[in-house]
Amino acid sequence: MLMFIARRVGVMILTALCLTFIVFFLTNLYPNLEKLAKNQGNQRMTDEQVLSWLGNRGYLQPVPVKYGEWLGVLPGFTHTDEAGQVTGRCISGDLTAETAPRRCGILQGDWGYSTVFKDDVAGVVGKRLGLTGWLMLCVMLVMVPGALIIGVLAGMREGSKLDRSLSTASIITTATPEYVSGVIFIAVFASSAVGLKWFKGTATSATDDITFANFTLPVLTIALYGMGYIARMTRASMAEVMTAQYIRTARLKGVSFPNIVIKHALRNALIAPFTVIMLQFPWLLNGVVIVETLFNYKGFGWTLVQAAGNNDIELLLGVSVVSVFVVLVTQLMSDIGYVYLNPRIRIS
Amino acid sequence: MEPLGTFDIILRILAQLTPTWIALVAVFTISVTYKRKLGLYGKLFDSPIGMVGFGLVMFWVFTAIFGAFDLIVTHDELTQVSGMKNKVPGTPLAGAEEGQYAWYLLGGDNLARDVFSRVIKGAWVVVQIAPMATLFAFMVGITLGLPAGYYGGKLDTVLSFLANLILAFPVILLFYLLVTPEIVATGIPSYMATVMFVFPIIFVGILLNSRYHTQPNIRTPLLVGVLGVLIWLYLSLINEDGTKVDFVPIWFDGFNVPGGILVVFVSVVFVNSPTVFRIVRGLALDIKTRDYVAAAQTRGEGPWYIMLWEILPNARGPLIVDFCLRVGYTTILLGTLGFFGLGLPPESPDWGSTINEGRKLLSIYLHPALPPALALLSLVLGLNLLADGLREESLKD
Repeated sequence: MLMFIARRVGVMILTALCLTFIVFFLTNLYPNLEKLAKNQGNQRMTDEQVLSWLGNRGYLQPVPVKYGEWLGVLPGFTHTDEAGQVTGRCISGDLTAETAPRRCGILQGDWGYSTVFKDDVAGVVGKRLGLTGWLMLCVMLVMVPGALIIGVLAGMREGSKLDRSLSTASIITTATPEYVSGVIFIAVFASSAVGLKWFKGTATSATDDITFANFTLPVLTIALYGMGYIARMTRASMAEVMTAQYIRTARLKGVSFPNIVIKHALRNALIAPFTVIMLQFPWLLNGVVIVETLFNYKGFGWTLVQAAGNNDIELLLGVSVVSVFVVLVTQLMSDIGYVYLNPRIRIS
Repeated sequence: MEPLGTFDIILRILAQLTPTWIALVAVFTISVTYKRKLGLYGKLFDSPIGMVGFGLVMFWVFTAIFGAFDLIVTHDELTQVSGMKNKVPGTPLAGAEEGQYAWYLLGGDNLARDVFSRVIKGAWVVVQIAPMATLFAFMVGITLGLPAGYYGGKLDTVLSFLANLILAFPVILLFYLLVTPEIVATGIPSYMATVMFVFPIIFVGILLNSRYHTQPNIRTPLLVGVLGVLIWLYLSLINEDGTKVDFVPIWFDGFNVPGGILVVFVSVVFVNSPTVFRIVRGLALDIKTRDYVAAAQTRGEGPWYIMLWEILPNARGPLIVDFCLRVGYTTILLGTLGFFGLGLPPESPDWGSTINEGRKLLSIYLHPALPPALALLSLVLGLNLLADGLREESLKD
């Protein structure tokens, strides 16, 4: 088991390095840098001025070197101008060339500076991540129990009327992407023209104070799309378990149906959905970006859109690191959890 | 002119869709009559769920095709008519002239364009791109997944690692990184297109070669003809004036893909192919242990013949089902791209962009955003139901 985890963690670190390098490479392409120089410096810079602006700040080094500096394994870039003034990647604020650390990158906890929010990337990402954390928590609290109950109810008597109607409902929810269900929800529940006006159509105020009125629609919108998929997986798994020999034995012994479902079938039927729920995290991230844009909730997904839309390179890199990390960790947890839950799997 | 009531609007929309109804009735009559002779497709008409799904999908396919020929649309999807901004459904056209359709059936959007016509035209964008992109993703996934599953070993390890790499990327981040104008200017999407669109040619080439290589007098002309056409299509597709990939002489460049579509196409194929790869690899791993594969190996068939003519046909059931689901998923992805205003031109009538425009005024005006949202929902639902029906019927054998 330990060997297995160690190997998985190794692969995970390699994947993370590859992915961050790809993001780094794509965000540091020359047209992006040129745009950055013009935004930060001045819009009417000539090509030579852009080159010298970028050169003085170390943007024109080879990509692997820049990546190493950003990661914190190579010493930070320094530049000495004609007056002997030393500037560099790690020299900012009160630090001088002598007191500044040699390396400053992700590994040292220096995530860079966001040009959109005029703040440290680590601070921005941390704050926004906290807001999205609440959203995710609510989504999970609605989605997982809901999906499991629907799936178990549908799967315990395959082919029954209950199964048919619940299955159709789950198909409909998987066919409704967040931007469609969100629009429909706002139209029905929040529109000031014709709707029921039960909830609010924006979640901006939820940043400070989460209430039932401003948080229901975003949570429902995300939960609904993932719910159908998990419910269908649970149903398939439950239906399979219900045809197993030991369930028939239990029935023949005269165990009551509710007892069979809860005591005998449920535990085995929940192994497969567990993996699915864990693998839903990357999708949830997608949903979070759409829903936060749609409902104007200023969380992590909204930050991603802002960073990407405004060419905020260091913030975008920070956001990518976090999202890649979340995806990889959930994959690892799903693998380990699957092995842990299912005693039939032996790792050789 | 009086504004139309709800009932009138519905009636007029139904009348406007007449060509679609005729085509649908024709397809269903023919299919139901001959369903015993049509194999899996015919069996679909035994399952109510499959029929409903097929009906929904074909409804949008026909609507899109007829819409592209200007049969169903009432107005031009880009023309702005003054005085029609954000007007409710059924509003008579301001200053209607002779020969113009006299109403905005589903109202006007915030730029005073006809919502109904935009939804119909938007269907054409989706119906063109989604199945094609899925097909390309399947070609890439199959060409790489079969050898990965069949040979295993190092090849499998490397390819699976790459597939997992792409899968671990949040899709929206990838879109933002690939589809922004700055990146398009560097030509990276064009280079990706150049690499990825080679796979269909490789696939078809190996497919035909492995089947006919014992009969050179059939194989050679067949390969030359088919590959010639495919390579011409390939070069016309990837070659676009004014981008980094612009080397094919103008007389040879058959057609140009309109602005931004190629980039959207590439990113959608790129996102979809690793999943197809994983499915095909899993199926190949399972099927290669069967007796008929062993029989073919004993006969001395080549590995590509076994992969493409023994394993692939026997994996068709799950692949067809997944194809339907994946077209639906691609439709959702296209909508996502439109929703974030990525890739497609801003005035494009596709559903995602229209929803994105409509949502800004959603709390006051519902009618510009709701029709495209419901259209997208019904098409994806149709594809999912169709996949479910196909799965059920193919399991009955």
